[in-house]
Amino acid sequence: MSNATTLQIDDPIIEVENLDFYYGSSKALHSINLSFPRRKVTALIGPSGCGKSTLLRCFNRMNDLIDISEVQGNILLNGAEVNSSSMDVIELRRRVGMVFQKSNPFPKSIYENVIYGLRIAGVKNKAVLDETVERSLKGAALWDEVKDRLHTSALGLSGGQMQRLCIARAIAVNPEVILMDEPCSALDPKSTARVEELIGELSNDYTIIIVTHNMQQAARVSDYTAFLYEGHLVEFGLTDKMFMKPKKKQTEDYITGRFG
Amino acid sequence: MHLIGHELDRLEKQLLTLTAVVEESVQLAIKALEECNHELAKKVVDNDAQVNRMEVELEEECLKILALHQPVANDLRMIVVILKINNDLERIADQAVNISERAIAICEVEKVKNRLNIDQMAEKVLDMLGKSLDSLVNTDLKMARAVLDLDDEVDTIHSQNYKEFKDHVRQDPQLVDQLLNYLTVSRHLERIADLATNIAEDVIYLNEGEIIRHTIV
Repeated sequence: MSNATTLQIDDPIIEVENLDFYYGSSKALHSINLSFPRRKVTALIGPSGCGKSTLLRCFNRMNDLIDISEVQGNILLNGAEVNSSSMDVIELRRRVGMVFQKSNPFPKSIYENVIYGLRIAGVKNKAVLDETVERSLKGAALWDEVKDRLHTSALGLSGGQMQRLCIARAIAVNPEVILMDEPCSALDPKSTARVEELIGELSNDYTIIIVTHNMQQAARVSDYTAFLYEGHLVEFGLTDKMFMKPKKKQTEDYITGRFG
Repeated sequence: MHLIGHELDRLEKQLLTLTAVVEESVQLAIKALEECNHELAKKVVDNDAQVNRMEVELEEECLKILALHQPVANDLRMIVVILKINNDLERIADQAVNISERAIAICEVEKVKNRLNIDQMAEKVLDMLGKSLDSLVNTDLKMARAVLDLDDEVDTIHSQNYKEFKDHVRQDPQLVDQLLNYLTVSRHLERIADLATNIAEDVIYLNEGEIIRHTIV
């Protein structure tokens, strides 16, 4: 499906060129070509198994953890090849942070969770650490709720708060891109609305790529949407255009729930 | 990302700008008729291009919110009502253009003494339009219901104008062209009153969730 309907992006932060991805002999992504606009929210949508999470995990090489995986083609982050042997994977994952479906705070205090990345990098200056905690928690819209109990366990937070803590931890290390894999699927509607609002605010400073099963969520939060099906990119475009008048019939069938 | 609340606020502002332009058009058209003022009549035609553009923009915004936010309950009724009022306002502006065109035609020939009962009718229609828009802005259901009552009065004047037209033309067939212009204006005013009534009915629907059209006897 090399004739995917797509559009030209000026000054993209991530460029994907002829990307093929294999789990052993099974091909999960077929010749994906896609550019991600800087400081915008791009949603990856498609039915289960379409390859959207696989594609997301390519951007910070989380797929390296799977022995049988193999990548062909190019992924450029600000022009530099992500899969190059000279790419420092730890540094890559600092630049391309990730928030998962299930929040995964460490069994430490709220404070220690936020600065975990800085501690690993050897930062010891307390003023820097304090400032980072405040900035990150404010950025994740969590500061007001936890500022009086920064040194209590993160595991005492509600599900929605834990997910925002994970977002704070991701932004503490000043990433360029934040990948989100179904960040709201374990949250109640109120926490979901909170995180969705936060995604909008974060896009002023960061590029966000979000995988979601929830098409309404993609419509609400994203500026751009990419629709994948069976490992192929079917259509990529502005979210409002995509949800009002998609160019491909397959996209139309999927977003209107007629797929099958 | 835009939260639906913010989107709706923006939509409301857009609608209010449109109501202001349309209300002005009707006022100008009536004034143009009263004063035989070509300039004013021309302004109404210019306004209409702006109204048409705003109508399309507002409709596009509504469709976008429907597609991206799937609104429910009050939000849904709000968007449906804005779509309908948008359409009514555009048609009211068209009627204002029609009245302006009649004003120009009327002023080209010598004025007749009898103008049918246009003045009182125009006053009532402006009152209705103002009230329907105010009821929308202030969520004033009492005012919305007052608009429905005024519509009956406007209909009655229109019927009287029709009767008067026939009587005068029978007496003096020379007057037919000029009186026909006035009767046409009466018809346009009556249409504006109907559209203002639609707006008032939509305000009631928006707040009470009930479609009261065709139920009032």
